[in-house]
Amino acid sequence: MKIIAVAEQRDNKFKKSAFEVVRTARTLADQTGGEVIALVIGSQVQAIAGELGGYGAQRVLAVQQPKLEKYSSTAYSKVIAEVVKKEQAAVAIFSATAMGKDCAPRVAVKLDAGIGSDCIALKVEGENIIATRPVYGGKALTDIKILSAVKVFTLRPNVFPTGMSNSTAASVEVADIPLTDSDFTSLAVETTQASGKLDVAEADIIVSGGRGLKAAENFKMIEDLAGAIGGAVGASRAVVDAGWRPHSEQVGQTGKTVSPSLYVAVAISGAIQHLAGMSSSKYIVAINKDKDAPIFQTADYGIIADAFEIVPVLTQEIKKLLGK
Amino acid sequence: MKLAVCINHVPDTAAKITFAADGKNIDKTGITFVLNPYDEIAIEECLRLKEKNGGEVIAISLGGDVHKETLRKALAMGVDKVVLLKDDSPRDSSSVARGLADYLKEISPDIIFFGKQSVDSDDAAVGTMVAEMLGLPSVSVAVKLEITNGTAIAEREIEGGKEKVQTALPAVFTAQKGLNEPRYPSLKGIMAAKSKPIEEKVPAAAQPKVEIVALRKPPSKSAGKIVGTDASAVPELVRLLHEEAKVI
Repeated sequence: MKIIAVAEQRDNKFKKSAFEVVRTARTLADQTGGEVIALVIGSQVQAIAGELGGYGAQRVLAVQQPKLEKYSSTAYSKVIAEVVKKEQAAVAIFSATAMGKDCAPRVAVKLDAGIGSDCIALKVEGENIIATRPVYGGKALTDIKILSAVKVFTLRPNVFPTGMSNSTAASVEVADIPLTDSDFTSLAVETTQASGKLDVAEADIIVSGGRGLKAAENFKMIEDLAGAIGGAVGASRAVVDAGWRPHSEQVGQTGKTVSPSLYVAVAISGAIQHLAGMSSSKYIVAINKDKDAPIFQTADYGIIADAFEIVPVLTQEIKKLLGK
Repeated sequence: MKLAVCINHVPDTAAKITFAADGKNIDKTGITFVLNPYDEIAIEECLRLKEKNGGEVIAISLGGDVHKETLRKALAMGVDKVVLLKDDSPRDSSSVARGLADYLKEISPDIIFFGKQSVDSDDAAVGTMVAEMLGLPSVSVAVKLEITNGTAIAEREIEGGKEKVQTALPAVFTAQKGLNEPRYPSLKGIMAAKSKPIEEKVPAAAQPKVEIVALRKPPSKSAGKIVGTDASAVPELVRLLHEEAKVI
């Protein structure tokens, strides 16, 4: 069985989630006697693609053309589907990033395939791959089986391990997939990165503030703690709706779903819709002066006290620990 | 401008989820069902585009009779016409997309809008699948949209920033929170919606490609540790995070 691992790159750098996809494909291949083919798309990706060998790709394909420098929903999905068909692969795996979530459904339609989106586990059971994915905002999990001959999966970022690279550089084959202008009917023309700030969706540590902080200015201590601990700033819906923080920081059912190693919830009560966004965090710390706040039922560690008392002290202690 | 918006009827995000005896479905008793929150944003965007460019807005929902409630909410907000593609058999994203695409092909809209995902299945796939089935360009997770002379420039959220995407029309867009603030239906709109017609069609049967083996509760976490009730607990918290959890 051949598995195509779609490895996302931006600005000619792999995202960590690309390694997660390759490693997961490797794990599945080992259990089924299959082969992992990693696929990289861009304008000059041949030089970076070999790195994927270290995460378990037996072959690496690079599809590169100047027009593929920026993401195109229509062109990228055509390339991926063509590769799956050429290789007669049975499985295509993406990371459930903005790009993966946009591309995978198109690829699934092109291949007449079923799709398992935002999976948190994949298990081989006999002839089948059983995927587990959160539904109802994470209030439930479904185990699903894809019935079509080709199966498409997207993996929730930061849940599957990358493992250590064994530093094998795979040899890269440049694959030629002919494309015309009509394949680029939707095309990214400009990308803007929020300067310097670590994005909540990709951070391994998040410090998040809620309405208990009382005013926008009080987020300064959240930013200070995030800076000290090396994390991103997150926000509850109430705080975003109040205009204190941008929507890009919102964590929750109508915001972002995050799975950091550490989530520090400051003055956040823990409404169901907020938990939907962060419950797959590995460790959760809650700081809240309300002992009955629902967040304490999900937190691994809690301090029941006023955030204004605790957070500055926590920042100091973190700085001491990290020798800052 | 002909605008079509596809909407879904889903459990309210505040609902407590319990499980049916078959282990594959939720227990629907006592749950309030609503218009999918992202679809509300999609409807609003279509209404604004109509207000700017003239034309009509058609809202479509695929599902059982209960979806009529949600279609009436769309009428109350101000859409011109609503269509129920009536089928209450279980469908996955690809069979829902197929049913919608077949109908949308008949009516040939200039712009087709979806919410970015339904808050029940959280697949975030149907909108983009429909675009592929119709051979149309698409932009998902749009937080801004400008249409000028048959070209659309949409802004979408990506990790750590935004991406501007250009597409020709006709095209499919999926709406993200922040694209607009949906209007509240007026009382007049709500009353009028009660007696407006809902067109009904039966979509062709489509086989789901995904089977649900089980629907279950997430594993419950064991009780956490309350480390303390004042600032003196902080050093211990840091020690636990460093030595026990090993996350810092």
